Amino acid sequence: MENFTPVASLCGGMLIGLSASLLLLCDGKIAGISGIVGGLLSPTQNDTAWRAFFVVGLLTGGLLFSLFTPQVFTLSVTRSTSTLILAGLLVGFGTRLGNGCTSGHGVCGISRFSVRSIVATVMFMTTGIATVYIVSHLLGGPL
Amino acid sequence: MTSALAAFVAGLIFAIGLAISGMTQPGKVTAFLDIFGNWDPSLAFVMMGAIGVHVVLYRVIRQRATPLFVSTFSIPTRSDLDLRLLGGAALFGVGWGLGGFCPGPAVTSLASGKVPVIVFVGAMLVGMLLYKFVDRVRSQAVTISPRQESHIVSSSTPALEGPQDA
Repeated sequence: MENFTPVASLCGGMLIGLSASLLLLCDGKIAGISGIVGGLLSPTQNDTAWRAFFVVGLLTGGLLFSLFTPQVFTLSVTRSTSTLILAGLLVGFGTRLGNGCTSGHGVCGISRFSVRSIVATVMFMTTGIATVYIVSHLLGGPL
Repeated sequence: MTSALAAFVAGLIFAIGLAISGMTQPGKVTAFLDIFGNWDPSLAFVMMGAIGVHVVLYRVIRQRATPLFVSTFSIPTRSDLDLRLLGGAALFGVGWGLGGFCPGPAVTSLASGKVPVIVFVGAMLVGMLLYKFVDRVRSQAVTISPRQESHIVSSSTPALEGPQDA
């Protein structure tokens, strides 16, 4: 239970909920990052600008933090390049196949009480927990 | 242009939320998933904060006939459970546990210029393109009857084209 940050995490989470609400109110869109990025890979007319601007907003926020408080990007654990590649492939393929990730299903979908999103969130939490258990406790540490 | 600006501001606030909450630290993410080890429950508070706000504002916003800057809400309407949803979420969870990154924090962390992040995001984009390719090949190979979708949204909102959740 070391490094437990309930207040910062709750406040950060509320900002995420606020962002999702702003995008819905202004543009009528769901703040699901895998869907937003995936849509940029299959651009269609009149459905690309908002995606690109959202991603630029994410990157701008990231840039501000890397200039002023770069410790928010601490990579405390070193992973091999092959693990990172495998992880990225699974996240990219899996989120497109399952139509969402932590934001789209976990935040927006659960807030709508969507059955699909609740089931998807339980599923990716379960396989995430199982994966960390296998890697950390059976294989002896990050790969 | 206003709608693009709104998307930019939403993305900016999203990134700030991710950074403050600890989601951009993969070690914190895997510590959250490590419930049988040195568990760090912080990320449950991220979910509570985000859902707590959005669950209320979603309902307030949906009272409106239309969004502010575009003519329709694009809200997923499917309610069926299928293997794609389950399999996709399962694969995503494995990748999330392996790398400690989900798409939002990974894209936000690109700005740090760290090589592991760039490698992860590069592979993630390849994974998304791979899905697009497999999906296209599959839909060309099999002539599928139109997917059953339950188009139930508010009267003013036309149903979405695709089976998007997010």
